[in-house]
Amino acid sequence: MALLKMKFSQQRRVRLAQGLWLLSWLAVMCGAFIFCLGVYLKIELLRRDEVMENTEIHVVPNLLMMVGLASIGANWVASRVCQDSLDASRFPRWKVLLLGWFAVAMLLCCLLLAVVVLSYALQGSLEESLKVGLRNGIRFYKDTDVPGRCFQKETIDRLQMEFRCCGNNNFKDWFEVQWVSNRYLDFTSQEVKDRIRSNVDGRYLLDGVPFSCCNPASPRPCLQNQLTDSRSHYNYEYQSEELNLYSRGCRQALTDYYMGLMNSTGPGVLSIILIQLSVLLSMRYLQTAVEGAMALESPEGESEGYILEKDVKATYADVKAKALDLLKFAQVDPTSEAAGAEEGEKAAEATEKAATPPPAS
Amino acid sequence: MAVLKVKFTKTRRDKLAQILWILNWISVVTGVILFSLGLFLKVELKKREDLMAEKDIQYVPNMLIAVGLIACAINFLGGKICYDCVDSSKFLRWKLIMLPYIVCTFFFTLCVLVGALMCYSMHWELEEALNLGLMQAMRFYKDTDMPGRCFLKHTVDTLQIQFQCCGNSGYKDWFHIQWISHRYLDMSKKEVVDRLRSNVEGKYLMDGVPFSCCNINSPRPCIQQQITNNSAHFNYEHQTEDQNLWMKGCRQALLEYYTHIMQSIGLTVLITWLFELSVLTGVRYLQTSLENVLRQGDPDSESDGWLLENSLMETARTNLSIIKSLGKSNQINTANNGDPNIDVPSTSKAHYGPDNVPPKEKMETS
Repeated sequence: MALLKMKFSQQRRVRLAQGLWLLSWLAVMCGAFIFCLGVYLKIELLRRDEVMENTEIHVVPNLLMMVGLASIGANWVASRVCQDSLDASRFPRWKVLLLGWFAVAMLLCCLLLAVVVLSYALQGSLEESLKVGLRNGIRFYKDTDVPGRCFQKETIDRLQMEFRCCGNNNFKDWFEVQWVSNRYLDFTSQEVKDRIRSNVDGRYLLDGVPFSCCNPASPRPCLQNQLTDSRSHYNYEYQSEELNLYSRGCRQALTDYYMGLMNSTGPGVLSIILIQLSVLLSMRYLQTAVEGAMALESPEGESEGYILEKDVKATYADVKAKALDLLKFAQVDPTSEAAGAEEGEKAAEATEKAATPPPAS
Repeated sequence: MAVLKVKFTKTRRDKLAQILWILNWISVVTGVILFSLGLFLKVELKKREDLMAEKDIQYVPNMLIAVGLIACAINFLGGKICYDCVDSSKFLRWKLIMLPYIVCTFFFTLCVLVGALMCYSMHWELEEALNLGLMQAMRFYKDTDMPGRCFLKHTVDTLQIQFQCCGNSGYKDWFHIQWISHRYLDMSKKEVVDRLRSNVEGKYLMDGVPFSCCNINSPRPCIQQQITNNSAHFNYEHQTEDQNLWMKGCRQALLEYYTHIMQSIGLTVLITWLFELSVLTGVRYLQTSLENVLRQGDPDSESDGWLLENSLMETARTNLSIIKSLGKSNQINTANNGDPNIDVPSTSKAHYGPDNVPPKEKMETS
């Protein structure tokens, strides 16, 4: 009982080959699209490399690029097979390759599905990486004279202005860090000395933020210093002021941005999975129909196409038997008899155990 | 004496027609490119409309858009004509239209050239517009509570951040205007009152700039207040400090940006103009050679093609006389009330002798 059997006349076979040829070229374009998507995502991630601590999230664009390239190759092979399928002399050389092709196509579909799942699953890892990266960036903001960290100020300023965010979780993160370098602090001033003495680590902490946190949409000129003191500025109330600085944290802003990127590509990737699956199924039908036609006395006649020669259970048993055969082929002959006897004993024991009723409690 | 005469065999004529057909289609594409460049310029100018005073600079992108559309139409027609010119029977359809078409296209290419030159000349008007516009925008920076001006703070801040510039000519422009609204000034404080009294107009002037002037490449946190006071900040000298704020003025930054766009567009339009001119020359040669073939009668024979049948001076003279006679055909001969049949006696003073001259008598007698 073949699975999903369909009858194919010569004309239907020709049409199937032509349609599949077009579909496989469409799949090649889709593969190119997936590759470009991977490249774009990788570039976007690399641009903000300095505020990310680990590169776990890079597995998504890397997979996309690999799958894109493999898909281009596989679907190009499929189009070649279609071109040769109606020529009885040229089709047999593809026979051996086709089994491998089916395996590769199935693998590609699974990998694409894995990419979609990973892009959701790795959100937590991305957030962690951003949290540590941003924390370091804010800590080293003042170290513009230390090689290896001198770019952090510019990076953080640019990031805050571009993504309209401030600090790691919010602007209060800047209150806990010394972001003014000692080079610019007048240590003879009483105010500076007081601030440094006010905490254990001897850091110059203030309730102020850098200028890049300022919101241009605010109706009043930006207030950056003495933010928690409502009396230090006229007509200002710290608790209710929300337009003065950016209220979003940069970790949240960046996570939203990257999740948005990956989610918007989700539907595209899913439809490409469907296209790849349809190429796979059509190729199977074409292969079985053409092989059936070649086996007939009159090659122009009707033949049958199917997905599996027998139904699922029988095919599974067949495959299992073949696999065991391959394994047994490696073993030496005398032991196979002993193994056969052992197997017979084991089978008898199993039936005995099944026969004896469980002990009553 | 024909101008630049070239001999055309039948195959050369056909090839010329085919090549011109392709070139005309390429010209349609360049017409589309011109149109889109004009549209792009229009959008870019509209984006910064708030910062430009009321000067008529929209005529440049409008001209480019119009030129682009007309180029598409003309070259589409030209393509159709050249396609039909391969077959001399179909050429008869277009024979009468071709000369007016060539003349129109010639004047159109002049328009394209004018368009290209306008791109370069827009520079000065733009500078004026930006100067006035930026001055106004900075003056109304503080008026975030007035409808019609409330967006100017946001516009100026984003401009200074995006173009990395400060003020009109430089950051010192901010010292001459009040950019903090009265709503946020504590009038009970002595310092505020002193500042207000320190100038004639009662403006709150300070040597400080908005946060958007801050330079992100500066190694130290931005100094926005008391910029000219060296003692107000540790390790700071305002004369030598050039990394703290953006040094470029916004007028110059915007001008550079637009000039760059204009120069690229101008170059593209010039190249398009040269291309159109060469297509026009080809069409002229095709027209004259096909007309000569018709005159000779044999469609497969060789014929001459030229740009002008006679030299430039003669052609100019003939055209002028045509234009003059066109003008004269409207005039009426008022001498005999318009009747040409009455014989008007000559009124000149020259005496040409009596009207009836008797025949000469034979003087010789034998």
